[in-house]
Amino acid sequence: MVHVFNVKDLYFAVDTHSGLVHVLDKIVYDLLTDEIFKEENKYRNLYDTYGETSIKEALTEIQYLIDNNMLYTQDMDHESKIQPVIKAMCLNMTHDCNLRCRYCFASQGTYKGEKAYLSFETGKKAFNYLVKNSGKRRNLEVDFFGGEPLMNFETIKKLVDYGRSLEKEYNKHFRFTITTNGLLLDEEKTDYINENMDNVVLSLDGRKEINDKMRKTVKGTGSYDLIIDKYKKFISKRGKKDYFIRGTFTSNNPDFSEDVKHLREAGFDKISLEPVVAKPEEAYALKEEHVDVLKKEYEKLAEYYIESNKDKNKSFQFFHFNIELDGGPCIYKRSVGCGAGTEYVAVTPSGDFYPCHQFVGEEEFIIGNVDEGITNHLIVEKLKNVSVYDKPACRACWAKYFCSGGCHANAYNFNKDFSIPYGVGCELEKKRVELSIYIKAMMSQ
Amino acid sequence: MKYIKTLNKNKLTDNISSKGCGECQTSCQSACKTSCTVGNQKCEK
Repeated sequence: MVHVFNVKDLYFAVDTHSGLVHVLDKIVYDLLTDEIFKEENKYRNLYDTYGETSIKEALTEIQYLIDNNMLYTQDMDHESKIQPVIKAMCLNMTHDCNLRCRYCFASQGTYKGEKAYLSFETGKKAFNYLVKNSGKRRNLEVDFFGGEPLMNFETIKKLVDYGRSLEKEYNKHFRFTITTNGLLLDEEKTDYINENMDNVVLSLDGRKEINDKMRKTVKGTGSYDLIIDKYKKFISKRGKKDYFIRGTFTSNNPDFSEDVKHLREAGFDKISLEPVVAKPEEAYALKEEHVDVLKKEYEKLAEYYIESNKDKNKSFQFFHFNIELDGGPCIYKRSVGCGAGTEYVAVTPSGDFYPCHQFVGEEEFIIGNVDEGITNHLIVEKLKNVSVYDKPACRACWAKYFCSGGCHANAYNFNKDFSIPYGVGCELEKKRVELSIYIKAMMSQ
Repeated sequence: MKYIKTLNKNKLTDNISSKGCGECQTSCQSACKTSCTVGNQKCEK
């Protein structure tokens, strides 16, 4: 399978099954488009534009790639060698929040239930389950999530100590991350997180007026002014460790590249801004009708990104423009998807396991608990069988090894079927991959 | 090649027998939590 596309005056071919990305002269792009290189009566029409000699040289190069499995590489079902074991957990430290963000998928932190806090005892049981059921995997990931996890900070500290105490005995390494809205960040928490968390996700949507429209305090006022300086202080002490300023854009700000610019100009150099996932009836939802505008905005953002990254002092990472063409994951990882329910579980304050944080509160998706482990094998089996080869739309898609089939929760929420991906998400993902490739080519020139 | 430049050096299908250790990061744990992107992750091997 080959996907040909252009961004401005650069032309590309992605050979899906080898993962190779070719930068093409326009002559090759024209020959590959609609596969006209296969039929002489069609490619002869290009002789007037390029000349017969050049066309024949280009055809020779195309044939060389085909003969060397670099173009039109045969599709194979790579039966997964990865035997999934639970190696990652999202710990919902609270089902409570000190913000009232309008687009919150977790019902303002409570996940459609009562307010609740995860206890040290429940967290310990979760960690015990993790170290005992992660097989030979050494690296284990725990994300302190919520609600707002800093509302349960003392328990987080105890759990980090407990996790570290298990590492030697079980030959494991915990990687801790935290996702926070920043409201409770103070000097003590800043220093603790910078010392103990491998990655930090700091929520903020960008420009004050955009952020404050959706990210409200309990009193209904905007949260930007309460948070921005805390993040700036936090980042100034972060050193080289990973973090992301993570925002959400909605139909309120289809000009979201302005929010990325705002965040960059505020001093943040690791930025992730993601499209909201919301029911179509919500006024702020992104729908099919927004896709073309959003694609154009990503193009604008790509130009800003390239321009900024020419200057060391202005350079930054945008999460969805990062792409690893050589050192990325293997084909097995790329085919099996996100690992929800098979490698990854979300743990609630009551100790229930869900396939991921997005399912929490939908009780039919409880797959086990900290005392008994995985008990609902029916759902887990379903999730094991939604690789890119199991989903017709993914099987036929050139981008399948970049997204690994998309988010299972989104597929289920929009289509009531794990095997039908969320279409708007797919369209935007494909655009981001094209632009990431374009950026890579521009920056390698 | 006169008309084609390949950006990457390795194919996904290279040395496939030594791949699949499963040590890599769970994709949703990175920065997104609402999408699934593996193309920007690193292999841990």
